[in-house]
Amino acid sequence: MNLIMRNDLSTADYLDDLESKSIFIIREAFASMRNIALLWSIGKDSTTMLWIARKAFFGHIPFPVMHIDTAFKFKEIYEFRDTFSRKWGLDLLISKNKEALKRSVSPGKGKFDCCTALKTDALKKTIEQYHFNALLLAIRRDEHGIRAKERCFSVRGADFGWNYKDQPTELWDLYRSRVADGEHIRVHPMLHWTELDIWKYIQREKIPIVDLYKARGGKRYRSIGCHTCCAPVDSKADTLRKIIAELETTRIAERSGRAQDKEDTYTMQKLRSLGYM
Amino acid sequence: MEKNILTIVVCGEVDHGKSTLLGRILCDTRSLPDGKWAELERVCRQMGRDIEPAYLLDQLEEERQEAMTIDTTQVFLKTRKRRYCLIDTPGHLEFIKNMMTGATQADAAVLIVDATVGVGEQTQRHARLLKMLGVDRFIVAVNKMDLAGFSKEKFEGVQKKVSGFLRRLGLKPVAMIPIAAKEGHNIFKLSDRMKWYRGPSMIKALDSLCGDVSGKRAPLRFPIQDVYKIGSDSIIVGRVESGSIKVGQRVIVYPCGQKTKISAIKVFNRKKTIAHTGDSIGLVLSCPGRVRGEVICSTVGKPTLNTSFDGHIFWFAQKPLKINGSLKLRCATQEVGCVLTRIHERMDSATREVLERGANEVGKNELARVTFRVRSPMVIENFDVMGSLGRFVLENDSAVCGFGIKR
Repeated sequence: MNLIMRNDLSTADYLDDLESKSIFIIREAFASMRNIALLWSIGKDSTTMLWIARKAFFGHIPFPVMHIDTAFKFKEIYEFRDTFSRKWGLDLLISKNKEALKRSVSPGKGKFDCCTALKTDALKKTIEQYHFNALLLAIRRDEHGIRAKERCFSVRGADFGWNYKDQPTELWDLYRSRVADGEHIRVHPMLHWTELDIWKYIQREKIPIVDLYKARGGKRYRSIGCHTCCAPVDSKADTLRKIIAELETTRIAERSGRAQDKEDTYTMQKLRSLGYM
Repeated sequence: MEKNILTIVVCGEVDHGKSTLLGRILCDTRSLPDGKWAELERVCRQMGRDIEPAYLLDQLEEERQEAMTIDTTQVFLKTRKRRYCLIDTPGHLEFIKNMMTGATQADAAVLIVDATVGVGEQTQRHARLLKMLGVDRFIVAVNKMDLAGFSKEKFEGVQKKVSGFLRRLGLKPVAMIPIAAKEGHNIFKLSDRMKWYRGPSMIKALDSLCGDVSGKRAPLRFPIQDVYKIGSDSIIVGRVESGSIKVGQRVIVYPCGQKTKISAIKVFNRKKTIAHTGDSIGLVLSCPGRVRGEVICSTVGKPTLNTSFDGHIFWFAQKPLKINGSLKLRCATQEVGCVLTRIHERMDSATREVLERGANEVGKNELARVTFRVRSPMVIENFDVMGSLGRFVLENDSAVCGFGIKR
């Protein structure tokens, strides 16, 4: 007998709790660091974070919103980015590793190297150029076991390394408030959300979302990134309501369509220790 | 008011089965995606080991190689009763600061004890630290009953020792459960290997924990996070840490003592006239010039301002904390320079044995009762009455070196 019921709790109050905590974290990051940016992959999680950041700053996000463009993103992603960055009046910053693209780095020549060059290295250059001392990232603990170990405020050195064996102490909600020159803080305001929470919140708030998440021809994307490295899952969920109903019963992992997670057991750990998101 | 999400930390001695218990809970409550268990079997086979549910939590390569949790992990669970955030922590003393990172988030705890070993040094240390943090709702899991032959006598022997030790600390668990986490006995349902046990299963015991939070009648505390200039408005942002706040309410800003009135509560695209504990909001006051670190309070139940106060601290930095040494003290959004003026006594953090009275320094992983002098008056309150304004961290060069509470 399965005693665990998945859809019998009211959602109103608990979504407010999750939102309030995210707003608190975003405001702490801005209050203590000031020169920050929000990383927007145009996926559901970072779009939700962006939505919450707009709430935190009453519609006027006072820092750039950065898109790391690998040049391999779905065309729907570019269209969505351009439409909503205009509509929401965002200070959009596009980060692209042009030098690596000139060398024709691509997933076909090795996914690990491709992610490192087109995402991690692109980000490194943009941080150096703008001297950002903190970045807001929408990773969640339930996405991957390695992300479940993250701090809300995680310091990275100039080489971007994540010293996962000696993460800083983070007590209550008294987060790290200073960095040394060359360091930056990865701020994670969405760590405490699950995939289902995100969709329920998107539905409640009517947040616009890239169409790739909705089923077409019996397939939909659970997680989106580069068109080269994402595979859709079988699904008939073509509305938010159906997506939520599907997630309440599915046993398929969210990132099952993501190539980075599959190469070997510890690929995510290795990518992240080098500064991957 | 019942909390929507209950956060539970799992503590105890290294190798007593904390990660295994959580891995087993995730598996038995069907919280794992398809293929996760098969992947676990594959990884364990590659390593030439039996299936190990702990690896669902211990995801770092080093953690699996050394068969030991290094860093704290948070996972989510939903039962018929409510949502949970479950926090795994390392048991090894070397990683105590990671354990504290997990424990300071908790509403309640599971203390795990190996039936074949009994109470260890870290079991004692963790229980004492939990007590200091005010986490007094907890369950004791007596693990590895399979290795103890599912014996009632063995369980009762451990139970007696654990109860005695907890009683001396002034703690009383809501349940003490014999379990075998690896195989899943008494986790999701009661095991037929221990028919002599009449108490609840692990999941049932979790659901029986009280999830109440402090009431709405508590006095207002609103530490200012920041001030945004938007158009002609000056919006003071922060989170209600205690009580509630209404438009038109008279309030006092500390430490300056300025009396003022709430002109408006600001939330993006919504009208709001009242806000409660936990809400992140914006305020417009009738007096300008506010800054981060000030605390907006109700006119009744006012806080006291302190320039000197006594605290109980736990120090975990390598370098000892020296008398007359300068530190940064952070409490809610307040950040002040402070000097340690007196070390009344320093204690062993496992046994609470007094190591020295009138000491000159506090060493790594020691507890102490001390007096601080802060550079300017600050709002710091009794931890048992006003949690979020009664706890603080101590920093040296931005690194957290210890924490404390005012009692």
